[in-house]
Amino acid sequence: MNGIHDMGGMQDMGPIEYEKGEPVFHAPWESRVFAMFLAASAWRKWNLDAFRHTREVLPPDGYLRVSYYEQWFSGLLDLLVRRGLATAAEIASGVPAPGTAKATPPLTPDRIPAALPNRIRAKRDVEMSPRFQIGQRVRARNINPVGHTRLPRYARGKFGMVDRDHGVFVFPDTNAHFLGEKPQHVYSVRFAARELWGEQAPQKDSVYLDMWDDYLDPA
Amino acid sequence: MTTNRRDFLASAVTAAGAALTPELPHTHTHDHEHQAVPSDPALRVKALESLLVEKGLVDRAALDALVDTYENKIGPRNGARVVARAWVDPAYKTRLLADANDAMADFGYLSKQGDRMVVVENTSSVHNLIVCTLCSCYPWPVLGLPPVWYKSAPYRSRSVIDPRGVLREFGLDLPADVEVRVWDSTAELRYLVLPERPAGTEHLNEEQLAALVTRDSMVGVTKVAPPQAGVSS
Repeated sequence: MNGIHDMGGMQDMGPIEYEKGEPVFHAPWESRVFAMFLAASAWRKWNLDAFRHTREVLPPDGYLRVSYYEQWFSGLLDLLVRRGLATAAEIASGVPAPGTAKATPPLTPDRIPAALPNRIRAKRDVEMSPRFQIGQRVRARNINPVGHTRLPRYARGKFGMVDRDHGVFVFPDTNAHFLGEKPQHVYSVRFAARELWGEQAPQKDSVYLDMWDDYLDPA
Repeated sequence: MTTNRRDFLASAVTAAGAALTPELPHTHTHDHEHQAVPSDPALRVKALESLLVEKGLVDRAALDALVDTYENKIGPRNGARVVARAWVDPAYKTRLLADANDAMADFGYLSKQGDRMVVVENTSSVHNLIVCTLCSCYPWPVLGLPPVWYKSAPYRSRSVIDPRGVLREFGLDLPADVEVRVWDSTAELRYLVLPERPAGTEHLNEEQLAALVTRDSMVGVTKVAPPQAGVSS
């Protein structure tokens, strides 16, 4: 969706506010939201694409105003309810519905070291021919889906060059909506800064985006 | 559907959990959105934790261990060790640039079959910068969790259209003949910059070099500064 989250290339957002000696979390509740999301994700009732989309559909002014972990919190609540791990009534009351059997948490402390290096789980070891070759000239499709996509507006319709093939990954546009993984190749595609931003951009500069087969046409 | 979900989420952020109903009619107005800041996140988060623990959905000890891991164990020191190794060991550097997962598995930071990482090298003629314009993708296994500025609208919006201006805000004024490459992390590849080894560090060992490497230099917003004069190595 063409939401506020897709902000690459926007201007006048203000200076970058750098905090020296920044703590990992700014309040204990932030760390609990973070940990609850990771631990609850171990049920595999959702995926990272679905989680990203919960933040993308926040109202634009709210998206800009609430803090990062407030976004996570609202996304976690949304997924818990929509994917059937908790009900809205339980979240409102803070207690399990009467008669609910207690589950066994899938993520225990001993499993954390093995779980973290494979947290995202988006790569698929399936043999598929790539649609594009390294060095090939391509054009990013001009698509405007109302759902989730990882093709930013600033690259749509632009010409680039395939720089690397990263192998086969799940496709976020369907995966975010639980409509299937639709695995396909992902490439780093180099776009000249001038192609993206016009003649004012420095001649040698470029932006690399990771693009799925379904985002590209031969050019 | 999207509109209803959006109202649902606005209410999730607005009211103290009480208004969590997905059937809200479409009453989306700007007055409504302006109230979208939770007044008591700490209390609401605590209530959710009790519920999830009570239901057996999460293990409280696992939550504690996750927080401890990212507060104390996984952070930019991991990435710094990788960078220092690449500086002193050319064969390691070659492996790191060709297959970062394989090279980082030496330290136990990544598994060969796990989530994918890519390392890009800064040189005297090429400067790389990492961003995630769409959300907050960041190489957790080697840098830990991202700082607020990395996730902020100013950095995400401007890094792709004006990377040199962004770098100047970080105090780095690149010569015009240096090529700037921005990596927008739009997929499940995580990027790390291998910064240039500063001059005057020939006498330092791997551990001493690692101590010089900063988080910001591995995102690509700064260079690694040479050791300060007078500071004993």
